[in-house]
Amino acid sequence: MEKTIAEINKKIKEGKAVVVTAEEIVDLAKKQDIKKLAREIDIVTTGTFGPMCSSGVFLNLGHSNPRIKAGGGKIYLNGVPAYAGLAAVDTYIGAAATPENDPRNSEHPGSFKYGGGHVIEDLAAGKEVTLEINAYGTDCYPRRGVSTRIRLKDVNEAILFNPRNCYQNYNVAVNLSKKTIYTYMGILRPEMGNANYCSAGQLSPLLKDPYLKTIGFGTRIFLGGGTGYVAWWGTQYNPGVKRTEDGVPTAGSATLALIGDLKQMNSRYIKGASLTGYGTSLIVGIGIPIPVLNEEILRWTAIPDEKIYAPVVDYSNDYPNCTGKILGELNYAQLKSGRVEILKKEVPTGSLSSYRTAREIADTLKKWITEGSFLLTESIFSFPGPESGYRFKPMKGGR
Amino acid sequence: MEKKYVLHFPRTLVDKPIMSDLVKKYNLDFNILKAYVTPEEEGTLVLALQGEGENVDAAVKNLRGMGVRVQSLSSDIRMIRELCTDCTACIPLCPVGALYQDKKDLSVIFDPDKCITCGICIRACPTKAMELTI
Repeated sequence: MEKTIAEINKKIKEGKAVVVTAEEIVDLAKKQDIKKLAREIDIVTTGTFGPMCSSGVFLNLGHSNPRIKAGGGKIYLNGVPAYAGLAAVDTYIGAAATPENDPRNSEHPGSFKYGGGHVIEDLAAGKEVTLEINAYGTDCYPRRGVSTRIRLKDVNEAILFNPRNCYQNYNVAVNLSKKTIYTYMGILRPEMGNANYCSAGQLSPLLKDPYLKTIGFGTRIFLGGGTGYVAWWGTQYNPGVKRTEDGVPTAGSATLALIGDLKQMNSRYIKGASLTGYGTSLIVGIGIPIPVLNEEILRWTAIPDEKIYAPVVDYSNDYPNCTGKILGELNYAQLKSGRVEILKKEVPTGSLSSYRTAREIADTLKKWITEGSFLLTESIFSFPGPESGYRFKPMKGGR
Repeated sequence: MEKKYVLHFPRTLVDKPIMSDLVKKYNLDFNILKAYVTPEEEGTLVLALQGEGENVDAAVKNLRGMGVRVQSLSSDIRMIRELCTDCTACIPLCPVGALYQDKKDLSVIFDPDKCITCGICIRACPTKAMELTI
């Protein structure tokens, strides 16, 4: 018994599609027959809300009069440098961009109060931001400087394009050293004073379709409160890692590049982040619908936290020095309980990814589909699988 | 009069007779409400000091002169609810369990009565939902 996306979309339009969240399917599958569920359920919605630095926005600022060529010059939004390597008034502001006068880690740990991620949040919230351009001037673009204030509605295009989001599983970070360290996985106290993870586990999109059978180029998604699309496989894509018997990777594996219109988004789901001692980032809300085309896909969507394992990594030595060593594996049910045991020590856990907001996103996507306002797309092509041999390489000459 | 203070001792001061001075030199009674060592290995004491107002002020001035960071407990940590994303990054860092997760709706809850104003949550919060108010 196979369903097609066209059949599911027909049911969505008729208001007859059966939609459940990835959390609800876990409970249903514990009580009911999988074959029956696969027939009855059409779509499983997922969600995640975690910081991801590889995020940013392309903007077209419109032309000043007289014209200015920012490309090759300098562009600042609220004092945060944006990329000036494109045409006259096109730019890209990245989540990790930091003002030139920010003290950074000169007084360690730096607080990184405001950066690119915050500019993006402010734009999404409709707030005014300052725009400054310094240019060298040409015959056709004579102006040398611009200083103005703009809002999202004033720019032509604002395209969120994130080269890497939606990590399929991630490390659990601990610190084995004797002093506190400040990482992108949060503050890690000495001698395993805490363990931090960053995944929604059983609600996380790529953990519920572990071989990306339904998610590919062109898949329509919930992105930052609006609709977006999967634009490519993400950077650092690494499908060849070890998997459980269910096929779920036990380390960071697939990633997605995502694209969407920032003007449709909502700052509730696009938030700047300040990671003490590390830098700024962007917390991105993502929800992906998984069409239940057959029983195998339903089985994957029903994999519970207890069967999804993440590697525990020491961020004081093994992570910075790329040793590849892991201290053990923990499942997301253990991690979400708030206390885990690592190397025979009881350790409290914290998450950088909000499970509560992930749930809200999966519920919202479910509502959109049930109401008929969100239709599924057929992916145009699939991304490399574990059999492809595609892998994530280290930097050449970086040793 | 009684006043409450949070005292932050750098490691270099841990072996100095600071507490006995409060009694001998300033004729104060003190009550230790909480004591712990932060992740930065800084000693922290929450004290209630009782005695003449000018003696309390002089003792605090003396402590500051010795390099103890003294914070009046009239400064409090506050959670700005609308900035919290309920991620839980702060929870394992709070030394007194003043931040915890509601197991049912998964929201992060701040209990100001348990808070000892150590401030680690301010650094830990990626969205600046925790702030110091004076």
